[in-house]
Amino acid sequence: MSAPTASRSGYWRRNQRALAPLLFVAPGALMFTVYVVLPIFRSMSISFYDWDGMGVKKWIGLANYAELWSDPAFVVSLENNVIWLVLYMLAVPAGLFIAIFLNQNTRGIRIYKSLFFFPFVISQVVVGLIFSWFYAPGFGLFFKLTQLFDPAGIALLADERYATYGIIAAGLWPQIAYCMILYLTGLNNVAPDQVEAARLDGAKGWRMLWYVILPQLRPATFIAVVVTVIGALRSFDLVSIMTQGGPYGSTRVLSYYMYEEALSEYGYRMGYGAAIAVVLFAIMMVFISGFIWKMYRDETER
Amino acid sequence: MFPRPIDQVSPAVRIAYKLALPVALILWLLPLLGVAMTSLKPASDLARGNYFGWPSHLAFSNYADVFRNSPIAHYIWNSFRVTIPTVIGAVALSCMTGFALAIYKFRFNLLVFFVFVAGNFVPFQILMVPVRDLTLHMGLYNTTTGLALFHIAFQTGFCTLFMRNFIKALPNELIEAARVEGVSEVQIFWYVVLPLMRPAIAALSVLVFTFIWNDYFWATVLTTGSSTQPVTAGLYSLNGQWVAQWQLVSAGSIVAALPPVLMFFAMQRHFIAGLTLGAVK
Repeated sequence: MSAPTASRSGYWRRNQRALAPLLFVAPGALMFTVYVVLPIFRSMSISFYDWDGMGVKKWIGLANYAELWSDPAFVVSLENNVIWLVLYMLAVPAGLFIAIFLNQNTRGIRIYKSLFFFPFVISQVVVGLIFSWFYAPGFGLFFKLTQLFDPAGIALLADERYATYGIIAAGLWPQIAYCMILYLTGLNNVAPDQVEAARLDGAKGWRMLWYVILPQLRPATFIAVVVTVIGALRSFDLVSIMTQGGPYGSTRVLSYYMYEEALSEYGYRMGYGAAIAVVLFAIMMVFISGFIWKMYRDETER
Repeated sequence: MFPRPIDQVSPAVRIAYKLALPVALILWLLPLLGVAMTSLKPASDLARGNYFGWPSHLAFSNYADVFRNSPIAHYIWNSFRVTIPTVIGAVALSCMTGFALAIYKFRFNLLVFFVFVAGNFVPFQILMVPVRDLTLHMGLYNTTTGLALFHIAFQTGFCTLFMRNFIKALPNELIEAARVEGVSEVQIFWYVVLPLMRPAIAALSVLVFTFIWNDYFWATVLTTGSSTQPVTAGLYSLNGQWVAQWQLVSAGSIVAALPPVLMFFAMQRHFIAGLTLGAVK
């Protein structure tokens, strides 16, 4: 009874440097494979079928993708994603601006920093409700402000022309807070001697920011851009809470349209939904690959 | 320090700065302050059109009404039942994966690491149909367990990135010294590395708590109905019921937002340390 145990533990002892990593990585890798890696490939394969989620799958090749190009709702969603992506980028300079404003040592500044960061901690559902109230026609604070220019007032979320911008503004609120905190940490680590040296050379204001500070903030800028791009393309919660893609589908984005097609009262077109998801995934992969490429370079440099 | 410290500039600018701070803060938080104020207004105020003035009296009864007339307490309980197992599960798994990927050199080490990192950024929609299908087949659709299992798996990606980089920065001599002493690899993990990971564990716990508490997408995909839905999805359906009763919507929103907010203020240092990982060289 003791002999096999002894030899097994001997085997373990001799090979533990090789076995330990496998042992430690296995549970996490298994979970991640089952719930993340394999589903990506399954979605890709589902996108070639006509499937309602329960019945028999019918192979239709590229028909779902062909349909996408002539689907006006898809085109609107894609356009809105581009608008999101471009306008969301404002969070990066805005976050930097607030960070510079708050990077002081006066009394009570810590509490100011936390309160400015506050919107990021709140769920997007709550942010969406807060801004719906802010924009509400009739009594919303924003509506009242627009009445100063236009007596009829602008019901932002009910107006096809503006609704998407209203949602993006709501999304920028927490995103700016996120970028701000990244830059505050970055500013905290700017080398003081370089700043002093530049100051002695007469640098100040914009020139100081551009030539001395920003180069040192590059890691913070990189992370801020990455999280902002991901956040823009992931936008779902706010669209769902504030407009449900309306009015007349004008605020749909790919992530929301996919959900609508695959899993809502509009129908269970899993195959078509999967095709939309694959397109979104392909767009996101461009950015993810860039991020991984940079990480790979950093890793191999070391 | 950039910008120039405020006590080195002229008194006028200093006073202007100290005045600008509270004004900027109030403008920044204006939508939130409005909602907080609305949550304390009696319904009669809103009916009379008093949307911006002070409440005629502080109606804490709105909060009581929210709890009495809606299943929000149950929604909150569901949120805890999803969030706490996820925090424990994802942190435990990533302590191990992070350890393996940071300490050992083996083939495909970087590849495995990059799969975790890349997976953490994919759009949720590419996972939606298969994960819902999988959860249905396991009989876990519309259970908090099914939701928590997915969250554990997905959060392991981000947590592994965090843990691996944290452990990588620990001095390697510690591990070498332990090996020379004949300490086994499992013991190195448990007695040498794990105690040093406490700050990382704290940071990840608060971050994952906030992410999962605030999750809305997966809650709507994997659960339905007040017996299992967490508070984000619950708030959405309550918003449908409380049409135009903004005092209730506001009070409900504040209740739903409170746990992560308290968590943030209690563990601020860890929260920010976790979020800004990689923002400095």
